[in-house]
Amino acid sequence: MEKRIVHVPLSKEDARTLKTGDYVYLEGTIYSARDAAHKRMSEALDRGEELPFDIKGNVIYYMGPSPAREGRPIGSAGPTTAGRMDPYTPRLLDMGMGGMIGKGKRTQDVHDAVVRNEAVYFAAVGGAGALLSQRIKKSEVIAYDDLGPEAIRKMEIEDFPVVVVMDVEGNDLYKISQEMYKKD
Amino acid sequence: MVRDVDVKLLTDNIKEMCIEATHFLTPDMDAALKKATAEEEAPLGKQVLEQLQENLQIAGKEMIPICQDCGMAVVFLEIGQDVHFTGGNLMDAVNEGVRRGYVDGFLRKSVVKDPLLRGNTGDNTPAILHTEIVPGDKVKITVSPKGFGSENKSKIIMLTPADGIEGVKAAVVNAVKEAGPNACPPMVVGVGIGGTFERAAYMAKKALTRDVSVRSELPHIAELENELLEMINKSGIGPGGLGGITTALAVNVNTYATHIAGLPVAVNICCHVNRHAVRVI
Ligand code: SF4
Repeated sequence: MEKRIVHVPLSKEDARTLKTGDYVYLEGTIYSARDAAHKRMSEALDRGEELPFDIKGNVIYYMGPSPAREGRPIGSAGPTTAGRMDPYTPRLLDMGMGGMIGKGKRTQDVHDAVVRNEAVYFAAVGGAGALLSQRIKKSEVIAYDDLGPEAIRKMEIEDFPVVVVMDVEGNDLYKISQEMYKKD
Repeated sequence: MVRDVDVKLLTDNIKEMCIEATHFLTPDMDAALKKATAEEEAPLGKQVLEQLQENLQIAGKEMIPICQDCGMAVVFLEIGQDVHFTGGNLMDAVNEGVRRGYVDGFLRKSVVKDPLLRGNTGDNTPAILHTEIVPGDKVKITVSPKGFGSENKSKIIMLTPADGIEGVKAAVVNAVKEAGPNACPPMVVGVGIGGTFERAAYMAKKALTRDVSVRSELPHIAELENELLEMINKSGIGPGGLGGITTALAVNVNTYATHIAGLPVAVNICCHVNRHAVRVI
């Protein structure tokens, strides 16, 4: 199989070519945010403030790393469960967020917002944090430093393996694949 | 004969064991993952398992934790009744071991001081400590850092005797299906049947520390473990939840006597990063 590289931030043209079940490698810039950062971003928006980074086309990685050893950009860095961010996600998608990387099921609201905005939900392999750590070449905390592992990080990634779970049409790999291998 | 054991010995061992468990899986887990990788039918599922193999190699070689969620530290102490602890408070010594392990070992600190007020404690303490008094003059330490992607999917169900073995099977399989991709499959499923509400949960947690290649000593329970594993692997969830025949690597069941009116069942779901380190001092 030919190795497919997709650039992030994600353009709408690229997003449309991605299909549920595609195994691709991301390259470019992404931002990490998980529970506490999402809560803060949402509160900032409620107060009419700007987000700490331009959300347009950008991909958020649901991840809180372990501390980096000396000389390394980051520690272990695998995905966390995406579902916990569901209450905040449709709003970010409606503001132009290009996609998300996480693991696990999403709500119907998120699904609808993905379709409405032609975004993509990618899964990285949960529990592959050491491998994924090595695909992150640079990492810098850009907001909410006090949140420790939950701070927002801007990261340069290369060869970052993900699978398309939800494509712009809203097909859901978790549902499709499970049916395929079900044996009763 | 009473044997004096300095609690500092616990601290030093627990520190090392936190680091060991978060970077290296036990040989039985390694073997189970290798076998699953060879046998998985789904192409995507196989790719996920291969990635996990590579991940384990990198983790050990580069000393990067297998998973960024280095868990909440669950510590089991089986304390010989002839042991007399000296040199300080037992709980403090355990917490000090966890603190040093997580701080010195570059492990993620994932513990908040209050379930509602939150606020990271900054050193992954306090630990969850379970003690048991057993015969002898040794202390068996098991350190089991538990991730919460899978912990959140665990369940306790108070069945009644009429629900019987079919009720138990349904409870376990439904918990696994509900967990699906969120619990980072392939999973290891710890089950506690019987006892009381809290004993069932304790047994389920402890079952996760048993060698995944070893079945229960009770023939009817060994059979149940095999059957449950087969049922779970027919669900289609697969590695990473992306479809396949490897949804769980093992189902470990522990049982205990229970009340005439009850049939408690606890299901503690663990991901493929089923971590534990064991030492006897
Ligand atoms: S469930 Fe396990 S593998 Fe998944 S993120 Fe948590 S600790 Fe890591």
